[in-house]
Amino acid sequence: MEGIVDPLAAKARRDLSASELAAFAVLIVALLVGWAFVYPILLMKVLCFALFACAFNLLIGYVGLLSFGHALFFGWASYVAAHAAKVWSLSPELAIVCGTAVAALFGVVAGVLAIRRQGIYFAMITLALSQMMYFFALQAKFTGGEDGIQAVPRGRAFGLFDLSEQMTMYFFVVVIFLACFLLIHRIIHSPFGEVLKAIRENEPRAVSLGYKTDRYKLVAFILSATLAGVAGATKAIVFQLASLTDVHWSMSGEVVLMTLVGGLGTVFGPVVGALVIVAMESYLAQFGQWVTVIQGVIFVACVLLFRRGIVGEIAHALRIEL
Amino acid sequence: MFEVFGIPSQALFGQLLIGLINGSFYALLSLGLAVIFGMLNIINFTHGAQYMMGAFAAFLLLEYAGIGYWGALLIAPVVVGFTGVLIERLFLRWLYKLDHLYGLLLTFGLALIIEGVFRNHYGSSGQPYRAPDLLQGGHNLGFMFLPNYRAWVIVLSLAICLSTWFVIERTRLGAYLRAATENPTLVRAFGINVPRMITLTYGFGVGLAALAGVLAAPIYNVSPQMGADLIIVVFAVVVIGGMGSIMGAIVTGFVLGILEGLTKVFYPEASNTVIFVVMAIVLLIRPAGLFGRAA
Repeated sequence: MEGIVDPLAAKARRDLSASELAAFAVLIVALLVGWAFVYPILLMKVLCFALFACAFNLLIGYVGLLSFGHALFFGWASYVAAHAAKVWSLSPELAIVCGTAVAALFGVVAGVLAIRRQGIYFAMITLALSQMMYFFALQAKFTGGEDGIQAVPRGRAFGLFDLSEQMTMYFFVVVIFLACFLLIHRIIHSPFGEVLKAIRENEPRAVSLGYKTDRYKLVAFILSATLAGVAGATKAIVFQLASLTDVHWSMSGEVVLMTLVGGLGTVFGPVVGALVIVAMESYLAQFGQWVTVIQGVIFVACVLLFRRGIVGEIAHALRIEL
Repeated sequence: MFEVFGIPSQALFGQLLIGLINGSFYALLSLGLAVIFGMLNIINFTHGAQYMMGAFAAFLLLEYAGIGYWGALLIAPVVVGFTGVLIERLFLRWLYKLDHLYGLLLTFGLALIIEGVFRNHYGSSGQPYRAPDLLQGGHNLGFMFLPNYRAWVIVLSLAICLSTWFVIERTRLGAYLRAATENPTLVRAFGINVPRMITLTYGFGVGLAALAGVLAAPIYNVSPQMGADLIIVVFAVVVIGGMGSIMGAIVTGFVLGILEGLTKVFYPEASNTVIFVVMAIVLLIRPAGLFGRAA
């Protein structure tokens, strides 16, 4: 049975390879000059989703667990961050910390439940749990129901940087994104990450080697949930809004799509996937409902025709790692 | 009129009835999912969309062909089941050698396409569909009012569930099916056309979903997103019951529907979430599901 990840693309290496360094350099340059060509607000959206997709990819790409409920962490972190910034008047960085902490907590609970079953059940459990929390968000008072939490103040980061300045906000997001991106890269290439990949390739074998795989899976799940929380909380500050869209199952589907398009189990794939999907949605916005249909077509096309995703195909063609 | 635990009997039994109705749909849908999963090893995310297609087929048959409820009850599952056969031949059959997750992703994509197309054509608001004249009205049972159509839905879905169970567990055809689930290569060696069996199984599971859709049309409105949220609840039902057993899927569906109905009476705020909470508890106590075999 063919695994979910191309072994060549996911080949383990301890250090940054030359190809990864080159790709990373391209990423940095794109972030430094990109705002001159594209609206910074659109770029910030891409970065938030890219981080979300990277967090999701940590789970599917490196442990082989498909979570269909990551909107739970993304959306609830954005609610909590928005509430903290607006009602408690916390500074933006503390609001993001609050949102992330709640996502981590939910990650512990959802992870403990979901890792009790494997494969297809794991996906259904995470989906069901996130739907449950969607209904809580719909009914809870502080989330504002259908209206969401609007007009969240961006505030001053660390009391120094005025985030209502668009460019300051942009570089604030860039710093958060890069920090988390490097952290994920570090996790993937650490001894811990190697064990995760071993579990992905052959869990019974990893168990027989003495690894407590459930514990590894749980930690990976919590890390992924936490990082998804960072993305959601940051998005709430950037767009000054937390709404039901972010906790809905379609958001979980969207992050799956981004990662699939970019390439499961590649370091840069989710970033490219987020860029492609966000760009597509903003350019196709005038077609309204058809966006969902196009997303569906992309899903089908990716699964049938190019399972490696954009970055995965490039890496495969050039026989390099990305 | 009397009261149970301070709740008027009308309200209590009324909600129990709604619970039973929902339970019928949970049972029909999770049964279809279980049958499909058994043969194809694919979780059919399109199931909710196919349930919706069943309801729309009934609506369109009436609108454009003048075919009423009874005709739709026969035609809609066949037509929608045939689209299922096409889906299996065109898409799903390429995935059997791959990781299970790809089946989930592909059928999720198909669900987005189908629901999106219907939303574009018919908007988000629901279209009413009238119950047949024969089943209009109802009976006053003394402690509650029982609408005839709802009684019919419960009886028919029970009958379909039980006959499906009978066919799979007690007939020769069912024996082939179970054998092919267990070891397809060996069954093929005996000269049975397993790929065709897989195709027909998928068509049958999809037909069941469409039938549930036709049954649901007069109760809920016919709307493009009627299946989208329902399928997630059905997934939870499947996790609770475990997909190993046909009877398990049926029983779990009905029981959870009733439980949901009772929650609506005693603690309405939790009625949306009670099934998910039950799922969490079951996962903690019996990770393999109530009727599942430990992996």
